[in-house]
Amino acid sequence: MLTASLGRPVKPGDDGVGRRAHGDILPSRFADWFASRGWSPRRHQLEMVQKAREGKSALLIAPTGGGKTLAGFLPSLIELTERAPSAEAPGLHTLYISPLKALAVDVARNLTTPIAEMNLPITVESRTGDSSVAKKQRQRIRPPDILLTTPEQLALFCAWEGSRLYFRDLKTVIVDEVHALHASKRGDLLALGLARLEQFAPGVRRVGLSATVNDPDMIRRWLGADIDLILGDPGAPPVVDVLLSQGHVPWAGHTAQHAMAEVYDAIRHAQTALVFVNTRWQAEFAFQELWRLNEDNLPIALHHGSLSAEQRRKVEAAMARGELRAVVCTSTLDLGIDWGQVDLVIQLAAPKGSARLVQRIGRANHRLDEPSHAILVPASRFEMLECQAAREAVAENALDGDAERTGALDVLAQHIMGVACAEPFDLIALYTEICSAGPYAGLSWEDFEDVVEFVSTGGYALKSYDQFRRIVKGQDGLWRVRNGHIALRHRLNVGAIVGPETLNIRLLAGRRAGRKIGEAEEGYLEQLEIGDTFIFAGQVWRFHGVTGPDALVTPAPNTDPKMPSWGGSKFALSTFLARRVRAMIADEQSWRRLPDDVCEWLQAQKLRSVIPAMNDLLVETFPRHKRFFLCCYSFEGRLAHTTLAMLLTRRLERAGVGPVGFVASDYALAIWAARPMDELDLDALFQQDMLGDDLESWLEESVMMKRAFKNCALISGLIERRFAGHEKSGRQVTFSSDLIYDVLRRHQPDHLLLRCARADTAQGLLDIGRLGDLLARIRGRIRPSRLEKVSPFAVPLLLTIGRESVPGAHQDWVLEEAEDDLIAEAMR
Amino acid sequence: MSHTAQRKIVILGAPLGEPEDPASGTPGAAGSSDNRSTISEDDGFELALRIGNPALQVQVAGVWAALLPSGAAFLETKRTLICADLHLEKGSAYAQRGQLLPPYDTRETLRRLAEDVRRTDPERIVLLGDTLHDAEANGRIAGADVEALSAIGQGRDLIWVMGNHDPQGPGALPGHAVDELTLGPLSLRHEPLSGPRHGEIAGHLHPCARVVASGRGVRRRCFITDGTRLILPAYGAYAGGLSVRDAAFDGLFARPPLIGAIGSRRVHAVRYSAVIGD
Repeated sequence: MLTASLGRPVKPGDDGVGRRAHGDILPSRFADWFASRGWSPRRHQLEMVQKAREGKSALLIAPTGGGKTLAGFLPSLIELTERAPSAEAPGLHTLYISPLKALAVDVARNLTTPIAEMNLPITVESRTGDSSVAKKQRQRIRPPDILLTTPEQLALFCAWEGSRLYFRDLKTVIVDEVHALHASKRGDLLALGLARLEQFAPGVRRVGLSATVNDPDMIRRWLGADIDLILGDPGAPPVVDVLLSQGHVPWAGHTAQHAMAEVYDAIRHAQTALVFVNTRWQAEFAFQELWRLNEDNLPIALHHGSLSAEQRRKVEAAMARGELRAVVCTSTLDLGIDWGQVDLVIQLAAPKGSARLVQRIGRANHRLDEPSHAILVPASRFEMLECQAAREAVAENALDGDAERTGALDVLAQHIMGVACAEPFDLIALYTEICSAGPYAGLSWEDFEDVVEFVSTGGYALKSYDQFRRIVKGQDGLWRVRNGHIALRHRLNVGAIVGPETLNIRLLAGRRAGRKIGEAEEGYLEQLEIGDTFIFAGQVWRFHGVTGPDALVTPAPNTDPKMPSWGGSKFALSTFLARRVRAMIADEQSWRRLPDDVCEWLQAQKLRSVIPAMNDLLVETFPRHKRFFLCCYSFEGRLAHTTLAMLLTRRLERAGVGPVGFVASDYALAIWAARPMDELDLDALFQQDMLGDDLESWLEESVMMKRAFKNCALISGLIERRFAGHEKSGRQVTFSSDLIYDVLRRHQPDHLLLRCARADTAQGLLDIGRLGDLLARIRGRIRPSRLEKVSPFAVPLLLTIGRESVPGAHQDWVLEEAEDDLIAEAMR
Repeated sequence: MSHTAQRKIVILGAPLGEPEDPASGTPGAAGSSDNRSTISEDDGFELALRIGNPALQVQVAGVWAALLPSGAAFLETKRTLICADLHLEKGSAYAQRGQLLPPYDTRETLRRLAEDVRRTDPERIVLLGDTLHDAEANGRIAGADVEALSAIGQGRDLIWVMGNHDPQGPGALPGHAVDELTLGPLSLRHEPLSGPRHGEIAGHLHPCARVVASGRGVRRRCFITDGTRLILPAYGAYAGGLSVRDAAFDGLFARPPLIGAIGSRRVHAVRYSAVIGD
C-alpha cells in the first residue's frame, strides 16, 4: 500500500523556499522555468533527477496528475542541455515507449512546451504505426534526440540490422504506463526488447512510469534488475458516490438504463465528465440513451476502439480543447492522457476491480491536491454490492493487482526470429540476454532450446524439415536467418500480438458488400444472430451475416437493438473485490450502508433461504416451471463460473439428472435440468478432481482452446497473417489453424504451441487458477439450501437466462437441428 | 444457383439408432421395416436416403453409397471405398515455401484411410485424384508413410484416378493409375464434367457447407448429391474447402441437392436451403 508522503508537500507558488531547497539538483534555467509557471517541482521529480545523476534506473509510482511525465523527461532534458557540442551528429539520446499510439503523440505536445519556452536545443519526434514511410526513413538516417514510440515499433527495430549502431549512444529508455503493460504478452515482448537495447547500449538507464499499484515490486522485477523505487505523493482521496436512482436498483441488467436520466443530470452540473463503461457495446448503448435525453443539446461524444482512427482523433482533440461536456468511453481512454477540465468521472455498471476504478477516477480533475469526484452507477442489485465494496476499497486506498506472469514462449519465438533477422547471434549469449528480461528470468535452457528449434524447423519430432530451416547455424557457430525473403516476411508480421481479428462492417447493397462503416472485432459480432439488431457508431443496424472479411448490415432505425449477451465485461470481477462482496453479504452490520431496497433484498434472502458465511459456498436447489434448478453463489467471476458450469454439467449428465442449460454471471451460476437435484451429493459434485480429466478433455475440444492456439500460431510466426503485396483480413488467415490444431493434438501433443495454448487458456480465458482456488476453499464448506421456490438471490441470475449464449464445443447441435428440419419436411 | 425441377426426399428406416458399422448395414431396399415418407410434388424423381450413425446412406444412380464422417464413400454392393483429394504432403509443400506447418498431415490422412479400410474391408480402394499435393510430393513422402500406404493396399485393388495436381500418377508408390473408372452405372472421375452426368462420382471441388439453424452457423466439410451425381469432400487432413454456394458448383445439379454435412461423429442430412454462403 502507498505510504504517507515523504518530505514536505510542495504547493504551487511556494517559490522562494522551493528554489533554495532544490537549487543543487535543478539547473537554474529549469528552476526559473518552473517559477515562471507558478509551480514548484515536486519531490518525486527532483528525486528522479537525482537518480539520473547517479546513473541509476528507477521506477516512479505516482497517481495521474502528479507530473509523472515531466518527471520522466526532466533528467533527459537536463542532460541534453548540458551535453557538450560535438563534431558528429549525436545519436538517439532517449527512447520513450508508451502503449497507446495517441499517447505518444500527446506527450510530444507536452514536451514541446517546455522545450520551446526554455529554448532548449532538443529535437523530439514520434514514431508509430501511422507514421509515414518517408518520416520513418528520415528518422533512421537522422535520429532525433528524443524518440517517442510504441512497443511494436521497438520490436521492429529489434529485427533491423541497423539497430546496433542506431542505439549505440542511447542513454535512457522510458516506459510509460507500465502498470497497464507489464502483465500481458505485449509486456513480455517489450521486456525482451529492453534486454536487446541493453546489448546495444550497455548501462542504458531504464525509467518506468506507473500509476499506483498493489505490488510495486512486481513491476520493478518486470522492468529489470537493480531498479530503484520512487513513490509519488498519493494525493487527495477521491470522492466516490454511488448513484441511487430514486432508490430503485433493478434486479438484473448490464446497462444502468434505469439511471440514465440522473446520469444526464450529473453531466449537466459538471464542467466536463467522462462516462466510463466496460464494453464497447455498453458505450454505444449509453451514448444512444444520453442523446435521447439530451434536451440541452450538450456536446456529448463517443470514444472506443472500433471507431475509425479519424473519429477517435477528433474526439481526443475536441476533448483537449475543452469543447466537450461529456465523453462516453471504454478503456481506450483509460490510460493517462492529460485531459484538461475533466471534473467528474461516472462509472456505469460496476468497475470490476478497485485499481481500475482508481485509475479512472484519476482522470477526473488533474490537480493532484484537490479530490477527484466519481459517481458509480450499479446496474443491478449484486452490482450494488460490488460498487459499495469498490467504494470502500478506494477510500482505504486498498487496491487489487495483476498476477505475475511468466514470459510466453510464442512471444519469445517471435523475438528470437527478429533477432536473427537483424544480426547473427550466439546461442548461449542470447539465452543469458533473455534471462535478463523480467518475465523470462526463470526460463529454462530446455525451453529456450525448444523455442529456437521451433523457430528454425517448427519443432517437430518428425525431423523432415531440416532442409527448410528458417534460421541456420553457420560455420562460425552463430545463428542467422537463412535468407532475406524470410526476414521480410517476419517484419511484415511483427507485433501480431496487437489485436484480435477485425471484420469490416459494410452496408448490404443488393446482395453485395457496399460502403464500409467501421470495424469490429470478430468476437463482438459472433454474439449476434442473423436478423439481430445492434448499435454501432451511434446508430442501429440489422446484422445479415458475415461474408469473408465483411459483416453485412442494413440500417434499422427506430428499432430496439438486441442486448448482446457476453457483452458482459471482458473484465471479470476481481478476486479482491469478490472477497469484499462476500464479506459484506456475510456481515449483517454492513447492510446498513446499503440502500433500502438492496437491504430488503438481503433480508428476504435471509428469511427465505440462507445468507452464506464468507467462506461458504451457498448452493440452492428449487423447482420452477417444469425444470429443476441448481444455483451456486461463488462470486468468482463470469469466466470461472462458465468453466465450472460446463464441468458440473458433464457430471450432472453422468448422474442422470439430464441437465438442459446453464447461465453464468460474475456472482453466480445456475444450471437447470429435467430431474431434481436436491438429493445429490454436493461434496462429490464439487470435487477438485473435476479439474483433472474432465477438464482436460473438455478443454481439448473447446472453442477456446482452438482460439488460443490460433493466437499462439500467429504470434509465434507459424502462420502468417500478412503477405507482401496484400494484407489479408483476419478471416482469410493463410491456413486454418483449426486443421493444424487437430493434427498436432493427435501426433505431437506436447508441441511447443500446444503448451502455449494450454497455458493461455488456463490463465486468461478460463480462470482455472481461480476455479482451483475456489474448489479448494469450499471443501467441506458447502451450504445446501433446498427450497420450494426461487430465492431472492436467484432472481437476478434467472432474469439473464435467454440472454447468455453458451460457447459450445462441437456445435453439432446446429447440424442436428438442420437435419431435424429435413426430417420434419419429409414426414409432413 | 437456381433449380427448376423439384425433388422428393424419401427417408427409409427409422431415423437414428445405435452406431452401425457401415459394412454391416443393410443399405438399399431389401426388406426390413422401411417407413416410407415422402414430401410433396415433383417430376417423379425420388432421392432416397437412410439416416444412420455414423454413415448417411444415399442412392446415386440407383446404387447405395454410405457417406462416412471421414469424408469417404463406401459402395457396399461394389465393395469399393472411394476417397478424393488426399493432397498428401501438403504440409511439406508449405514448409518448402517458408511456412513450417506440422508435417503430420500425410500420416494423419493415411491413418484415417487405414481406419476406414479396416471397418469397410473393401476389395477396391479408389483414390479419386489429387492424391498427392504436387508433382514433387513423391520425393518428400516419408518411408514410414509409404509403408503405411502399402499396408492399406495389401490384398486390395488400389486405384489412383488422375487429378490435376498429380498428373504424373503414383510413380513408385503403391497403386496403379487410370483416368476414369466405371462401376456399373457409375463413372468415377476426379473433376466433375459440366452439364448433367448421370451416375458421376467426383471430387476436385472440396465442398464445404455453412449450415444455419436457429440463427447460428457452422461450417463443415460435406458431401453433395442429387441422387444422380455425387461430389465428395476433400479427404486430406490439410485440404481446405470451398462453399457449395460458390459459382464453381453452378450447373452441376438440376435439382436442389442434398448436403451430407460432416459432424464430429456422423454425417447429417441437411437441405441445400439450410446452407448459406461463406
